[in-house]
Amino acid sequence: MAIDYSKATGTGSSSGAPGGGGGGLLKPSIITGIIGGVIGWLLGHWIGNSFTQGYQQVQGSGSNDIAEFLGYFGMIIGWFAGLGALNYPIKKLFGVEPEAEEPVTEKGWGKYFRYTLDHKTVGVQYLFGMLIYFFTAGLLALAIRTELLSPTYHIWSPDTYIEIVGEHGTMMMMMMTSVVLGPFGNYVVPLMIGSKRVAFPRLEALSFWFTPISYFILLSGLWQGGFQSGWTGYAPLSVQQGVGQDTYILGFGLQGLSMVCASTNIVATIINYRAPGMSWSRLPVMGWSMLSLGFTMILSIPVLIDGLYVLGLDRTAQTSLLYSGHGGSSFLWENLFWFFGHPEVYLLAIPGFGLVAEIIPVFARKPIFAYKTSAAGFIGLAILSFFVWQHHLFQSGMNPDMRPLFMLTTELISIPTGFIYLVGMGTLWRARIRLTTPMLFMLGVYFNFLFGGLTGVYVSDVPINVTVHGSFFVMAHFHYTIMGGVIFAFFGAIYYWTPLVTGYQLSEKLGKIHFWTMIVFFNSTFLPLFAVGALGMPRRVFEYAHRLQFLNQWVSVSAYLLGASLLFFTVTFIWQIAVTRKPTVRNPWGSRSLEWFVESYPPPAYNFKRVPVVLSWPYEYGDPNALPVADIVNETKDLDPVGRA
Amino acid sequence: MSQNVLDDSRSVETTKKAIPKLIAVWIVTSLIGSLLVWFVLGPHLPPGTMTDQAAGAQFDIKFVSTLVPPVLFFIWIFFGYSLVKWRVRPGEDPLAPAADFRGNSKTQGAWYIITTVLVLFLAAFGTYFLVVPAGAGGGEGPNPIWTPNTKNMLQVQVIAQQWRFTYRWPQFGGMETTSIYLPVNTEIQFNVTSLDVIHDFWAYQLGVKADANPDVNNVAFTKTQQLGRFTVRCDELCGVWHGAMYNYGYVVSQAQFQQWATQMEAQNAAVTKLLPKYATTYTPSYAGNGGGYYPPQDPNANL
Repeated sequence: MAIDYSKATGTGSSSGAPGGGGGGLLKPSIITGIIGGVIGWLLGHWIGNSFTQGYQQVQGSGSNDIAEFLGYFGMIIGWFAGLGALNYPIKKLFGVEPEAEEPVTEKGWGKYFRYTLDHKTVGVQYLFGMLIYFFTAGLLALAIRTELLSPTYHIWSPDTYIEIVGEHGTMMMMMMTSVVLGPFGNYVVPLMIGSKRVAFPRLEALSFWFTPISYFILLSGLWQGGFQSGWTGYAPLSVQQGVGQDTYILGFGLQGLSMVCASTNIVATIINYRAPGMSWSRLPVMGWSMLSLGFTMILSIPVLIDGLYVLGLDRTAQTSLLYSGHGGSSFLWENLFWFFGHPEVYLLAIPGFGLVAEIIPVFARKPIFAYKTSAAGFIGLAILSFFVWQHHLFQSGMNPDMRPLFMLTTELISIPTGFIYLVGMGTLWRARIRLTTPMLFMLGVYFNFLFGGLTGVYVSDVPINVTVHGSFFVMAHFHYTIMGGVIFAFFGAIYYWTPLVTGYQLSEKLGKIHFWTMIVFFNSTFLPLFAVGALGMPRRVFEYAHRLQFLNQWVSVSAYLLGASLLFFTVTFIWQIAVTRKPTVRNPWGSRSLEWFVESYPPPAYNFKRVPVVLSWPYEYGDPNALPVADIVNETKDLDPVGRA
Repeated sequence: MSQNVLDDSRSVETTKKAIPKLIAVWIVTSLIGSLLVWFVLGPHLPPGTMTDQAAGAQFDIKFVSTLVPPVLFFIWIFFGYSLVKWRVRPGEDPLAPAADFRGNSKTQGAWYIITTVLVLFLAAFGTYFLVVPAGAGGGEGPNPIWTPNTKNMLQVQVIAQQWRFTYRWPQFGGMETTSIYLPVNTEIQFNVTSLDVIHDFWAYQLGVKADANPDVNNVAFTKTQQLGRFTVRCDELCGVWHGAMYNYGYVVSQAQFQQWATQMEAQNAAVTKLLPKYATTYTPSYAGNGGGYYPPQDPNANL
């Protein structure tokens, strides 16, 4: 295990980190990043136009896709140059030794708008980034539900509607993959494993700063005619589309790069930066989930990027890899996309399960039940997720002989998923259960995911899939697994770790109002959609049968109320951390996990004064005589929120 | 092990006594739930019984739905009991240790075995009901391996294009229609293809779904058994008017079908002559409107 004992190298910052010293407006920050991005775009677009003049043209749009792509490439380079992210590698490239180390001690809000190498700052950046992305895509969902209030009367034009559908789906799927890894994986996991830093702070910072530009590029599609291909981007439709489709390719591709960076860092951190005594059998289950997630990302995302590259070539260099009429095949895209796309949905599920398994024992005052099974569950999900992708293509027209096999592998994945229920139920058995807000959200995951999991059996069964494929049934199914799973866990985790991250306590009463409204309206929104789909309504349509109007209206009204619940969260959360600011007690939930035993909340720079030595398993809640989790625990102060010995 | 003395509600003895009662409640609720699903909800489940394949799908949905109440009630009863019984009471120390066990090999072993058996059974069930009803109405690609026993089939080619379906009838002179009528009690072979992007032919009440890919013939089988109207919708996102890409079809008596087909054949004779020779696929062109349905004459064919 690699441990840094020296202060100079065992810190969260490294040389060449921007953000130190003066410089006013020109100090590298998001502002200089934007300026760099604009300059880069203009330059790239100009170059593109200058050498591809008369090179025609993306079909039907009258614009030059090569110039579009080069504009975006210039924008991305300009953005990172403006942020100061390139200073260090360029200096190294030219053999210049970067300046002396700068500790990660910048005070105030400025650091959150800069390219910074402290994993806790990156975690907070991710938290607010993810909330912004989630709410943006959520508003788009409300726009979809507004259109579906009537089967025939249209609020949006058909093209605007389909653009909104595509933006909502793409943004949710690509951004929410990092919803746990970004904020909590980056912030909490290094603390949990007793590390002073992460393995690759630059990769970690890079992973975050890919997301704002990816978000901006994707959203910019809305004023460039959008893309009508949905988040699945099936060719040849995606080849046929105007320049809005380029925002899909670039936005998705950048987010893919972000995930590769983030996952490489977290995997290396967990493997190499565990404190002495933090053996694999003591690793918190959150760590196991992040490890499984990281490996799955590293193996699946490159396939997506490859697919996007092929699609980009078809659109710019006029290759015909995805054109059936010219020697290519639209099945190529379908396979590349879903080879990423199915692991992708487990990239969303695994971290949610990790949070659930991590947090439930704290509020059950019991050791986690079947710890090894839960780790095996994550690993099983990660491995099996690579062998199920063709279940999205049961009706696609590919040769049918593999169908029973893919039905079998898809059914098999229920087994590791079931482990998560076994772990939760075993942990609750003869427990001492506190129904705090974080605990309620975790229990909510079990409630919701049950519907998602059971309906998964329907969609994986090929004969039933003939009826439900591509319908609102499937749509309800994956919203139950993703929103009902990882998003509920995400909000629970916010309530759980806010005292650590901010030093402020959140109101239990307000949290519970948020939880109960969210779970009621979430179920009221998505449960009827199973019926809507089974009764014959396809996804992504703006016209539907009159007999389904009542159900659709019910769903739309519920969706507005769900939106109101999330608005309630936003207002109360910001109010509590920015205005009322009630200081938290130490270790407010009475957790045994290492992250709560830092000197102060929020944790100081470099997390721990010295690297802790881990003495026991973090889940020894049932044994009053167990050793404290690490030698840094002050037993009289830390083990109990009210300071009892 | 813990030195902690647990209160009565969390003791092994109390919980052991509760288990038979919980199992009894679970069996009763599951039985009621499953019977209601099978007998009350079952006959109304989608997609109906208009064809053999639709009826098969309805049976599959009914069967799987009958398995849902036992699972649902098992989890609900377990969670409900745990949360009510072991919730921290007022005056209780919320941080005091609860029971100290990390696993139970019998419970874990039973869980692994039961879930594995259930999952393997479901896969076998799905495979059987995929193979026996000739692919269960799903698109099997150009070389179907699960086919009906008869060779006497009505051939219907479904041609999807942005944003409508048309139908070609090779057994009626290769005519092309915008409407679709099917004879009852007849085995039907749908040959689904596209002239531009990927669409999907979803004939809901027929229990048929097959993607329409350019340059690919996607074959699906069904056998009609009831008269009535069915809905055809596009089920793969195909662009701006995807939501409006639908039409209705009818299953009619064999005599009515013959009459309709003969009449359409005569009515369309002049147009049919201009159509390309019937083929299972047509090469699309992405520059012309509606694709290269007519390659020899297509000015864009060489693009």
